[in-house]
Amino acid sequence: MSDPSSPLSVHDLTVAYQRQPVLWNIDYEAPAARLVAIVGPNGAGKSTLIKALLDLIPRATGEVQFFSQTYQQSRQRVAYVPQRTTVDWDFPVTAHDVVTMGLYGRLGWFRPVTRAAKRESLEALERVGLADFAKRQISQLSGGQQQRVFLARALVQQADLYLMDEPFAGVDAATERTIVGLLQGLRGEGKTALVVHHDLQTVNEYFDDVLLLNMRVIAAGPVATVFNAENLKRTYGGKLALLDQVGHQMVLAGRPQ
Amino acid sequence: MNVFWSDWSAIDTWIVITAALAAMACALPGTFLLLRRESLMGDALSHATLPGMVLAFLVLNAATQAGWLTPAGMTAWRHPALFVGAAISGVLCGLLAELLQRWGRMEPSAALGVVFTSLFALGLLLIRTWADQAHIDPGCVLYGNLEMVIADPFGQSGIPRAVVINGAMLAVNATLLLLFYKEIKLCTFDRDLARSLGIPADRVHLMLLAMTGATVVAAFESVGSILVIAMLVAPPATALLLSDRLGGVLIGALIVAVVTAFGGHLAALALPVMLHRWAGAAEASSVSTAGMMAVVAGGLFLTTWFLSPRYGLLRQRLDQARLRRRILSEDILGVLYRLEELRPAAVPGADNASLAATLSVAPWRLWRALSRLTQRGWIVAGGQGVILTPEGRKAARDLVRSHRLWESYLAKHFVIPDRRLHTLAEAAEHFVGPKIQEALAEELEQPVRDPHGATIPPSTAS
Repeated sequence: MSDPSSPLSVHDLTVAYQRQPVLWNIDYEAPAARLVAIVGPNGAGKSTLIKALLDLIPRATGEVQFFSQTYQQSRQRVAYVPQRTTVDWDFPVTAHDVVTMGLYGRLGWFRPVTRAAKRESLEALERVGLADFAKRQISQLSGGQQQRVFLARALVQQADLYLMDEPFAGVDAATERTIVGLLQGLRGEGKTALVVHHDLQTVNEYFDDVLLLNMRVIAAGPVATVFNAENLKRTYGGKLALLDQVGHQMVLAGRPQ
Repeated sequence: MNVFWSDWSAIDTWIVITAALAAMACALPGTFLLLRRESLMGDALSHATLPGMVLAFLVLNAATQAGWLTPAGMTAWRHPALFVGAAISGVLCGLLAELLQRWGRMEPSAALGVVFTSLFALGLLLIRTWADQAHIDPGCVLYGNLEMVIADPFGQSGIPRAVVINGAMLAVNATLLLLFYKEIKLCTFDRDLARSLGIPADRVHLMLLAMTGATVVAAFESVGSILVIAMLVAPPATALLLSDRLGGVLIGALIVAVVTAFGGHLAALALPVMLHRWAGAAEASSVSTAGMMAVVAGGLFLTTWFLSPRYGLLRQRLDQARLRRRILSEDILGVLYRLEELRPAAVPGADNASLAATLSVAPWRLWRALSRLTQRGWIVAGGQGVILTPEGRKAARDLVRSHRLWESYLAKHFVIPDRRLHTLAEAAEHFVGPKIQEALAEELEQPVRDPHGATIPPSTAS
């Protein structure tokens, strides 16, 4: 691919749910050491994009490379923060346990959780300001604290690219500040974060780059040049009815592509 | 008790051991099914394993007839083959349900329902076609055959075969769980993270299904199909009320399983005697231990649900009652404080009737709250009824400070009518506490007056 140092390069990615395409021909090169907001209306395929990048859902076509390697080869360098609502918070585990889970892949099969791993995850909890809550069962944490636990779990993976699905959704001001601080810290270490983001007001303040998405890539690049009224209008304006209709015709014809 | 204690024999001991081992073997995979909210998978698997077992049986039969196996060899291989057959069809059931869900766009439970009934029907068909001579006793299928375990010893050892089988199953389950503990834990909690870390969550799930299938078959013969389901669900559900650590839940489920087995057998022994003695019923010859185990399991769950120290119903109710009492006491202090504010010279106090009317509360609740406040030394008799002591006034001032700070805070950020502002603060004042109070005062830059113009009392902490 074009830039060997690019943490993520996507070529012609199409994803279909029940055969109806929800993401069309995505081409994207993520810049290194930048904070990138993925912005778009509901149903634009933001979460779908992240999941498809990580092979969590099958893709109809397209190539994805992380650091010029396949995902299998570069797993250790990529960390994923799913939406908070995807797990059962009544599950009988502590905040500390959840963070340690981020290390399970590195620990390897048949190995018990080591003391070093536990210490590492406690340090990550400290970084998100939750050291005092380590022993709490996770349902006893507030929404913002739960989100920070998820972030800590990604931090212990010591990845170079972070994919975060709406980390700012429904969090309190303290958590929002913590997350922003962490993101800036990551960028300082030369790492990249792709963050699904809903609050258009803060894009300017929190992010360097933006990826405007509405089933297709509308625009991508530095916030200063790309994040303008015209592009936003193209992203949010209209429901792209024709795109939907053609997708629907494909379903009726029984042929995904 | 002595009536049947004296009758306790080796048979009873073996029954309890068999039941306990079966229940413990079920409790381990059952915990994960429960946490995945797939408890009925056990029910499905207990049916879906039938074709696998029949096929295994037929293969062995054919092998014996072809002369590859001696009849003795057939007997030795029978059980392992049945387990392999059951485990394979358990996995198959899970896979088919998953496929139907994905490609047939079916809801998970509907897909499972279609698959397991079809597999069960296939099993029945296989039996009718090729193994019609096989004897199936419906009573045994439902309630198992715990009472007869001693009649079927393992080799020359005198240990019942069911004990060996269920014990082996428990050992296998425990070993798998220890080996794959972190993977199973992670895949149960967060499948997407597991997959993004390179742990094959789907295969781990299938392993759990194979475990469950084999366990169900092992336990099935001795405790019956109904109890198998009870043992998969009830002990883990009970343990989940008692611990909020996965390890704690697993160990708790094992303990509950043992208690259930022992209690179930005791109840089975005691019930006929008790019915005979107290209800005048004819002395029943026997009550099924397996059936009573299900009853005990249910009873343990209900008791725990009621009494559990953290999530129990009783505890919740007690906490709510305590909170209501605290709120009422604080409201009384608030009323008395505001009366003093209105007429600073008079120390007016208030009588029960006007307090009851102001706070719209039942007289007996008010009376209880007043006596509690008196006991604490926060109010004494005086004025027209009761008045605040200096101690009580301090607490009241603190509360009113919270109330008025909260009103100011709301008024700063939202447009709310005055009357409504008061009601909102009335509800919130009990939950503000010193830390938030301080933060509120700081954000509002130490205000002196609330939105209605009333003085915000100074902090009692300083």
